[in-house]
Parts: sequence; C-alpha cells; structure tokens
Amino acid sequence: MSIEAKIRQFILDNYLFSSDQSLLANNDSFLQKGIIDSTGILEVIQFLTDEFGVEVQDSEMVPENLDSVSNLVAFVARKSGVREASNA
Amino acid sequence: MCGLAGIFDFAGRARPSEHDLRPMIAQLRHRGPDGDGFYVQDRIGLAHARLSIIDLAGGAQPIRNETGSVWVVFNGEIFNYIELREALQAKGHRFYTSSDTEVLVHLYEEEGEAFVHRLNGQFAIALWDAETRKLLLIRDRPGILPLYYTERDGRICFGSEVKSLLPALGRAPELDPVSLDQLMTFWSTVGEQTVFKGIKQVLPGQMLVVTEGGVQRKTYWDWSFPETEDGYRDAPVEQLADELHELLVDATKIRLRSDVPVGAYLSGGLDSSILVSIIRRFGDAKLHTFSIGFADTDLDESSFQREMVAQLGTEHSEVRCTNEEIAEQFPQTIWASESPMLRTAPVPMKLLSGLAHRSNYRVVLTGEGADEVFGGYDLFKEAKIRQFWSRNPQSRMRPALLKRLYPYLDLSKAQGLVYLQNFFGIGLDQPDAPHFSHMPRWDTTARTKDFLAAEYREASDERALAALMESLPQSLPRWHAFNRAQYMEAKSLMAGYLLSSQGDRMLMANSVEGRFPYLDHRVIEFANRLHPKLKMKALTEKYLLKRAFGRYLPSRILARPKQPYRAPDIAAFFGSRTPEYVQELLSPTTLRRYGYFDAEKVRRLLEKIRAGRTIGFKDNMTFVAILSTQVWHHLFVEKIKENLNTDASRPTPTYRTALRS
Repeated sequence: MSIEAKIRQFILDNYLFSSDQSLLANNDSFLQKGIIDSTGILEVIQFLTDEFGVEVQDSEMVPENLDSVSNLVAFVARKSGVREASNA
Repeated sequence: MCGLAGIFDFAGRARPSEHDLRPMIAQLRHRGPDGDGFYVQDRIGLAHARLSIIDLAGGAQPIRNETGSVWVVFNGEIFNYIELREALQAKGHRFYTSSDTEVLVHLYEEEGEAFVHRLNGQFAIALWDAETRKLLLIRDRPGILPLYYTERDGRICFGSEVKSLLPALGRAPELDPVSLDQLMTFWSTVGEQTVFKGIKQVLPGQMLVVTEGGVQRKTYWDWSFPETEDGYRDAPVEQLADELHELLVDATKIRLRSDVPVGAYLSGGLDSSILVSIIRRFGDAKLHTFSIGFADTDLDESSFQREMVAQLGTEHSEVRCTNEEIAEQFPQTIWASESPMLRTAPVPMKLLSGLAHRSNYRVVLTGEGADEVFGGYDLFKEAKIRQFWSRNPQSRMRPALLKRLYPYLDLSKAQGLVYLQNFFGIGLDQPDAPHFSHMPRWDTTARTKDFLAAEYREASDERALAALMESLPQSLPRWHAFNRAQYMEAKSLMAGYLLSSQGDRMLMANSVEGRFPYLDHRVIEFANRLHPKLKMKALTEKYLLKRAFGRYLPSRILARPKQPYRAPDIAAFFGSRTPEYVQELLSPTTLRRYGYFDAEKVRRLLEKIRAGRTIGFKDNMTFVAILSTQVWHHLFVEKIKENLNTDASRPTPTYRTALRS
C-alpha cells in the first residue's frame, strides 16, 4: 500500500469511522472540516511514528505538515527522504 | 430529602385514587425510605415518600393548614423556616408539627402564589388549594430539586423523578430524538422537554399553576444581570469582600440546621475547601468530610484533600474509585440519572453518596455552584481571551494567552498552540452572539452526533440552537459578555447536568441530601451585581471569593490551578476486562435493534478503542454517549416492566438482574 493509501485509511478508520473514500479529499483541512480535534492530532503523531518510523518534533507540529492527507504525505516523504539521505 | 408524586384530574373525568398513587410513589423509595403518606380528595391525589431530617417524629406529609383547605407535599428544605414560622405564629397561625413543611401552607394562606419569594431553600412543592381548586407545582430557583410532569386524558401527573410517572404513562416510554440531539450538543436538554417523549420538567425558578382551565407557566425568579455599567455595585473591594463573607457564612450556617448530623463533600479544590473551613469556624458540631480518590494520578486530588483534613481536623472518609467499579456501576447510574450522559463523572458521585450513607450521614454540604456564581470555569477565561482576540483576529500574540489556560494538556506546549487557536478560533467573527462563550464546547460536543443513525441525524444543530435561543431572556443581549457566559452555564450545564444527573440523582440514589450554600439565592443575587472584573481579575478566577476567604486556606490550595473534576471514561471499560453488558449493548445486533446509532461506525470506534488509539475528548465523549443511550434504552424501554418497582423492599435494578428477567 502506498503512503497515501495508508494515511487515507488511517484517517477514514479513526476519524470518519467509515470506508467511504468519497468522504475525504486529499486537500481537506482536518481542522476546518472538524475531522480531527485538538487532542486527536496526538493520535496522528503516534501513527506517523508507529507506521512510518517518523519522529515529529514540536517545531514540526504545524498545519503545513499535519493538516491534510496531502500535507501528511509530503511530510512523511520529506522526513523519510531526509533519513535515507543521512543514512547514505 | 424525600420524593413526591401526585395526580390532578383537572378535566373531571377520572378521579385519582390511592390505588393510582401507590405504584407512582413506590418508584421513589430511595428518595424516601422512612414511610409513605397519601391525601386523596375529590380531583386531587398527593403522595409522599419520606426521608426524615427535620422533626423526625411529627413531620409526616401531606401537611395541611388549620382548616384543611390547603394541602402540600414537599421535597427539599426551607432553611429560613424558623424565622418564617415565628412570623406566622405572631399572625395567629397554629402549627401542629415542628417541620419546615408546615410553614408552606400558612405562608400560602397569607400571601398566595407570591409566598414562594419568601422561601430560602431548595424545593419541589406540590400545593393544593381546595377552595379555588388550584394546584401549584413549584421548583426552586437554581434547579437543585427535580420535578417532572405529564399531561394525559385531562389529568396532570407529577413526581420527583421520571420513573414515578412511568406507571401512569399507559404505554412504553420512548426516547425523544429532539432531546437526544440537544443533549448531545449542550450536555442537557433545552426547555421543559426531557429525553422521555411526552414527559416534561418544571423549570428552575418556575411555577405551574394548574386549574380546571388548564396549565399556566410562571417564572418567579431567574438569573439576572445589570444592563449598564452603573447597575453594578460601586463599593470598595474590601467592603464587598466583607459583605460576601457575612453572606456566605450565613448561607452555610442556615444549611447546618438539621435534626441529624451534617457532613460535607471535600474535593480539595477552592470551593469545597472554603466551605469546610466555614463550617469548622462557624458551625458548632463536629464535622465528617467525604472525598473521591482515583488511582489515576492525573485525576486524583487526594493530597489536597488530606492537607485540608489535617488543617481542619475533620473526621474523614474517602472512596477510592477503580475503573472496574465505574464500569460495573454505570448501568445503575443511568437508572438513577434517567438520562444518557457524555461523561462517566456521575458514577463516582454515586459511590461517594454511598460512602456517606454507610457512614450514617443523611445530609452533606457541597461546594457545587461556586464556579457558576463567582466565575470559576476555564470556559469563562477562554471566552474572555477569545473576546479580546476577536477585536484583532490577525493578532498572533492574543491567542497565545490560551496557553495559560490548559497547563494540564500536553498540547499547550510549543507549536501545539496552533491547534488550540484553531479550536478556540470558532465564532471569532460573531463576538456578540449570545452563546459566543460556548461555541467551542458545543461545536466539539455536537460531533458526537456523527454516530447517530441517519433518521436521528435529521434534527440539525441549527434546530437545537434555535430552541435554546428562544429560551433566553430578552435583556440578555444587553448584559456583559462575561455575564452572558455565566447565564448560559447556569441554565444549561449546571441545571441540566451538574445538579441533576451528577447532583440530586446521585445523592438520592443513596438517600443522601445535598445542600448548596453557594446557590443560596441571596449569594447568587449578590454575585450577579458584582462587576465581572471582581470575578475574573485579568485571568485570576473567583477573585472576590479568594479575597474574602483566602486567609482560611493553605497557600498551596489557594494557589493551585483549577482542576476540572473528571473520571476515567473509555479507560474504565477497556482495562483488564470489558463487562459483558458493554459487549452486548454495543453489538451490531443490539445497536440495530435499538436503532439510535450507526452500527458500522460504532464497530470502527470500538476497533480503534481496542487498538488503544483513542486519546481525544471527542472519542471519549462519543463512547459514553453511545453506551449510556444504549443502557438507557435497555433499562427504560426494553425492560421497563421488570424494572418498575412493585415491591417496596426490592433493590434498584442492575443491568444483570434486568437482563435475566
């Protein structure tokens, strides 16, 4: 499964409690659409760590990284890329 | 405290009999275990279940006046009955008991319906005037004591709890979808309607006047605030603090009047600590205090409780609440509260009254109400900051104040702020809306409704809000924003949840009477004339209260940040084991049979819970709302025949006994 598919499934399962893909567009803002509340974001961070091994710094807890499927996909790709680069 | 019930056949079709009244009053045995009394005459029937607190020997109800033209059944306490009695005797009234109840009939003779203004107390009253064939149903000002009624076939049936009306309903109870929608938005239903279709409540501060012509509603008291700046008290702060001191001490002292020993709840917070200090300094009896403790250190306040106990030298008992107990007691809690709920927090309150009962206490004083009266809740701070922010919505500095509010949330640190901002930023474009203060809370709560089945989701948020707006006083838009927030809180969360589901019902489930000095109407009226800056000075809450009583408290208790009272929610049900009833009531089959919730969504929520991925408020609230509604349906609809009490000696139904029968 692609990163995007995994993230979509996580959001659908855990916040929309549905498998209906049409409920979630990749650019929907979680906050503005009321999909994730202020404490719920901690669950997302836990998921990023468990699923992708991504550690989220305090300074990275901003909507630009976390507030939509697209932003999450880009953030995970960037963080993984950084790690791979540094491992090389 | 007691329970009351009755029937008025105002259309003259079917006269009530003791046979009609017995099954009604039998449902209220927990409120009044010390004996029943009946009065049936012509078109009226009154019944009373007694818990003896004042005039143990002679206070049996119903009580009448000298000629038998006025009869009353009464649940509660009239704290100024000694003064009222003396004045009435001076006017020539003859008393045949020494109870507080008897002042009601004589005072009514003197003053008619206006007699209610003279009462200082907490009460639900049913008063029958045989001469004018008029029934008055009256509830106390803030809503401490409950009173429900239903109209059917030219009869009005009334009682202290909904369950006393169910034998008279003539059909199986049904859940009212509009009320469920309101409860899952505001934490309480709006207006007179309850979650039971067709069953209403007399609202706090109101009286129903029932005659053969029908039912008339009158508001005799409401929370009211100045409409202009010069409506506030203009006196030096020291003088106001002295006045408050005198008033609250008196409000406490008259609540120590009783023919049985009086105890006190001690949470370890500011309000109950002040209250217990007052009792120790100004009361003359020894004092027993009662507290709740939790294994979870985030919720537990024992260290503060012990500090107060050590300072004041009270006799002290504590109930340690475990997750297992909360899960196990939850169905009985719903049976007692008669309502779905969004938190499990009432359960420990029921365990606490059980502890008081086992310690042979029938009366406890509590600090409930201080936060509403003196402006203690974080919600008031939040609203103040949001108001300030709304004047400059682009500001990045102003919302940063929100961080000061939630030190106990991990999220408040660092960049998590942006999420708080987004949450609390709701409604910044309408700072003058009457419910501005409550928008973030209601918006979050309303998301629990995503789990409702399609047909129950039709009742929209707009409709819930419209009903609420209709219930507001006309002068409210002219009040200070802080006062508007206080009003909303007092009428929705406090009257509709804290004093009922978490208050009276949890106390009375174990035959314990609560008394609330902060809700003495003189205290409320005094506080309502204080400028908001004396309640919330900058971001210091309950400023004047601290100023008046701070000297009695250890500095650690005076300085501690306010900790909201909470109990474990989801965690209570998914620890070492999940009770059978939870699995059965949340199974897809049962969910579909009851029909309230989307079974597939609930299945996914349970999956998330079992995987240990639930942290958020929303999931916790949603889970408790769903489970409590399912338990409610099971106890009050599916098994109601088995659960209604036909035998006075029968214990309260539990889920297990109900399930088997």
